[in-house]
Amino acid sequence: MSEEIKLLKGNEAIAYAAIRYGTDGYFGYPITPQSEVLETLMAEMPWETTGMVVLQAESEVAAINMVYGGAATGKRVMTSSSSPGISLKLEGISYLAGADLPCLIVNVMRGGPGLGTIQPSQADYFQTVKGGGHGDYRLITLAPSSVQEMADFVGLGFDLAFKYANPAIILADGIVGQMMEKVVLPPYRARKTEEEIRQENPWAARGKTADRKPNIITSLELDAAMMEENNLRFQAKYKKIEENEVRYEEFQCDDAEYLLIAFGSSARICQKVVELARAEGIKLGLLRPITLWPFPTKAIAAYADKVKGMLSVELNAGQMVEDVRLAVNGKIKVEHYGRLGGIIFTPDEILEALKETIINQ
Amino acid sequence: MKEEIIIAGFGGQGVLSMGKILAYSGLMEGKEVTWMPSYGPEQRGGTANVTVILSDQPISSPILNEYDIAIVLNQPSMDKFESKVKPGGILIYDSYGIHKPVTRTDINVYQVDAMDAATEMKNEKAFNMIILGGLLKIVPMVELENVLLGLKKSLPERHHKLIPMNEAAIKKGMEIIQKV
Repeated sequence: MSEEIKLLKGNEAIAYAAIRYGTDGYFGYPITPQSEVLETLMAEMPWETTGMVVLQAESEVAAINMVYGGAATGKRVMTSSSSPGISLKLEGISYLAGADLPCLIVNVMRGGPGLGTIQPSQADYFQTVKGGGHGDYRLITLAPSSVQEMADFVGLGFDLAFKYANPAIILADGIVGQMMEKVVLPPYRARKTEEEIRQENPWAARGKTADRKPNIITSLELDAAMMEENNLRFQAKYKKIEENEVRYEEFQCDDAEYLLIAFGSSARICQKVVELARAEGIKLGLLRPITLWPFPTKAIAAYADKVKGMLSVELNAGQMVEDVRLAVNGKIKVEHYGRLGGIIFTPDEILEALKETIINQ
Repeated sequence: MKEEIIIAGFGGQGVLSMGKILAYSGLMEGKEVTWMPSYGPEQRGGTANVTVILSDQPISSPILNEYDIAIVLNQPSMDKFESKVKPGGILIYDSYGIHKPVTRTDINVYQVDAMDAATEMKNEKAFNMIILGGLLKIVPMVELENVLLGLKKSLPERHHKLIPMNEAAIKKGMEIIQKV
């Protein structure tokens, strides 16, 4: 079937896209503000059309371990949750990373710490790009800023996860999860056949054939020398991802004297800030990291030679700003502006902060 | 064209669904649309609001400082959003539940007594469609036929029999809205 235009919430778009991108299995547990992912999948009943499995697990921990099992067989499997639920999944995520397994995780962030609030937040940046779970691992991290990207990144996330045999995560928030926009859904992509999975993922545990050794999926290696080898292999993979998969978008950066750096919903709000600033004669641009890991370090470093200052705008107390400062390496002033605990900033608030902390300094 | 609209009132008044129908109508006309609810632990009787943006161009922020049009359906919403209408913009209210007069003089203010009209029509659920009709009379941002198409898209099939009633409510709103 062909592409289709719909008016959808971001969470609904994830569900529709999962079916259309040929996902084999979704395992989840409800939590606001992302419950529509599971609800929509249950309403659409894809097990009767594409054969996709949809299962409400007994807990987040169970769901991520179902993903671990499904991924080990080379299937396209995913889970979604919101901040406290993702914290519960972190052990499993570390295991998936340690076993070189591809999968897709979705975090529709809400305010924390703890159970926090159900309102939007971007306070899980550190958790996502700096580890979260234990060990030296990385998650390919995509930050959607529109409902269209919520749909598109399901496909992109799976493609990147399988290209590198590594978990990928969509790091969204309550705004992009709950708002409705026009979405062009992709044409249906058939689920991989057993034969295709065998050919494309020779590492998958799907029953040993006579012509090969058993495939063992594990993150355990008690021999430290071997475990160092494993880690070096991970690091080589991460280096390759950093070289090839950085994605970002520039908005009115060409003649900019000042730059906003923002991801996800914050970047949408910052587009308006750029419009307002330009109307006042302030030459402001916006750089939006689309991949938070790998981070667009080089692009931001290059702007440090062109602009007078940068403001990192995030719905948290200052997390991505650390990566912006590392990229800029002290060349120009970099400040942070944020609101916390589920409060969303307005465009004029951000413009005011830019003037106070960067322009009038 | 670009219209940045806030619709605010009590939960249960149909604020979110009115916004949804407006967004669907825009979609039917090939416009870019964003519908951003104040989601939360909402309940019937609590406050609810939704931002709807219709535009020919890609839409930037779903979170706004000020609006072209504010539709306020209770006093707390009036208190919150009267000051956030752009100068020269539009404020529409239902006098039912509003007890303080509008103080701004630099905006265009309209009254649509939808609660009374809905009671008269013996259908309180038509309330939000009467308001929508009033809005479309003042700013015909979408064609009526596309609103009806939007209704068809947003309502489950078992409720399609209610579309003529909704059409009548929209037309009622167009009749009774008046400048203040």
